[in-house]
Amino acid sequence: MQGTKREGKIRIDWRRNHTYYYLLLPVLLYYVVFLYIPMGGLAMAFEHFSPAKGVFGSAFVGFANFVTFFKSYYFWRLIRNTLILSALGLMFGVLSPVGLALLLNEVKGRLFKKTIQTATYIPYFISLVVVASLIKIFVAPEGPVGNLFSSLFGLDNSLLTYANGFRPIMVVSDMWQMTGYIAVIYLAALSGIDHEQYEAARIDGAGHWKQLLHITIPGIAPTIIVLFILRTGQLLNVGYEKIILLYSPGIYETADVISTFVYRKGLLEFNYSYAAAVGLFNAVAGLAMVLLSNWLAKRYTDTRLF
Amino acid sequence: MDTPFRKESLPRKTFIVFNALLLSVLGVIALIPFVHVLMASISDPFKLAANTGLILWPKGFSLVGYQKVFESVEIWRGYLNTILYTAGSVALGSVLTIFGAYVLSRRNLYWGNKAMFFITFTMIFNGGLIPTYILISNLGWIDSPLAVIIPNCMSAFNLIIMRTYFQTIPESLEESANLDGANKLQILFRIMIPLAKSSIAVVALFYVIAQWNSYFQAMIYLRSAKFFTLQLVIQQILLKNQATSVGASGSSAYVAVVAELIKYCVIMVSIIPMLVAYPFIQRYFVAGIMVGAVKG
Repeated sequence: MQGTKREGKIRIDWRRNHTYYYLLLPVLLYYVVFLYIPMGGLAMAFEHFSPAKGVFGSAFVGFANFVTFFKSYYFWRLIRNTLILSALGLMFGVLSPVGLALLLNEVKGRLFKKTIQTATYIPYFISLVVVASLIKIFVAPEGPVGNLFSSLFGLDNSLLTYANGFRPIMVVSDMWQMTGYIAVIYLAALSGIDHEQYEAARIDGAGHWKQLLHITIPGIAPTIIVLFILRTGQLLNVGYEKIILLYSPGIYETADVISTFVYRKGLLEFNYSYAAAVGLFNAVAGLAMVLLSNWLAKRYTDTRLF
Repeated sequence: MDTPFRKESLPRKTFIVFNALLLSVLGVIALIPFVHVLMASISDPFKLAANTGLILWPKGFSLVGYQKVFESVEIWRGYLNTILYTAGSVALGSVLTIFGAYVLSRRNLYWGNKAMFFITFTMIFNGGLIPTYILISNLGWIDSPLAVIIPNCMSAFNLIIMRTYFQTIPESLEESANLDGANKLQILFRIMIPLAKSSIAVVALFYVIAQWNSYFQAMIYLRSAKFFTLQLVIQQILLKNQATSVGASGSSAYVAVVAELIKYCVIMVSIIPMLVAYPFIQRYFVAGIMVGAVKG
């Protein structure tokens, strides 16, 4: 009885809405081919995959590839580098745009505000290849930043050749490129705060500081939390496309992360199964982190992503 | 709210001045790399080679770097390829995004929520680099522009932005068109798409920027130099130190010095289109972000 009721519903829905489903078909096809087929392809992580035999023909090896990775000399180094870079990215990537947005929000001159906003937003539009080139130029011994370090501390090579320099370079260049862009999102949230709240607070004698603490910050907190959760999803990828452009074997000690390792093992050394296993480990850990941060946000605040 | 500056309290005055100074410094920091590269790119190659530190004014003057860059076949071909790939990818991605977003913005679809989950789930979990690479290679797209144009042509994030916009269009509009005898396709193409024009422009712009700036797909899938995109050509010149290939000739000292200058000119040539277009597209971007932020 229940089944036929549901079938009836589906049939009526199809009669009424089939045009919509025809429009949706190419979109779903795109997702099936380019996202869900590779998801099925992750089966190769449990195989000794050879491209000639394909996913269905290759020998099944269970968790052997994962075990190799967990026992690998590089395992802890990759975990450490990935976690440190992503924690730094999360901290500076979320806090510095909030700071910039709050400072901009205090500005009354519209032209000045607009000028600063425009200037800080521009780096977002620059491609990674050009950003990486700018970094190389700036930290070279004769470049503006490299020159400073060479005269102050006697570091006579490009700062990208020192393992200690890599994390600061990543953090500073990410801040340069992303802060202005993300600040715009917070400014949008700030402009959505009801002005009557500020009026009421002023009448009650609350100063600027109290208004900031009790109205402004709570007003943008949901946006901060949502962007935070979204970022945790990207966390374990830690901008590897940029790292690939900047790192070199001499600084793998701090620069090599899980995703760059996957790229090297898979696409440069053709060790597909092993790379896919490491990639799957990374993706599952990433998924767990999103779900965890979403659960924490749901538990301790009213905001959540899903 | 609008207390004149002189009537503010002393701590408040201090804050306002300090704030303005700090923001000005941040604005300068954001722009200074561009100034450095621009000034270096029109400097005399020998004086540039001898220079250390920040360049805020050209060291001598020479356009030889730009001349070499404009004579370079690789760069022009890279530009043309990037324009063609971007046009194809953005057209396909925008159409798919509009269809998907419109359908999924309709209420009362039996499969609506399930389809939405099917799409958004890929934002937090997907197959990743290696299985995708194997797929592209099974499709026979290694060293084919299709590998750069079709995968990644649409993003679930942009679909959500677009869907949010379609949801704000009042349902009564659709109902009255329905009463006038318009079918679903006519409603989409004659009413909804024209109404959503500005939001479609925003999403298309997001796609243009992403595609124009991407290098990774081109790097892993393309092999023949004739298919290379601008970003890939720049990567070869700037990061793999092959500036000499752009074609300075003469004594080896001269070649090395000009090769250094060429790097700056290549950067300028690649970012100038973005910088020129930026003031015009900026407000659309801000508008697009607002739409996304409202939904959160």
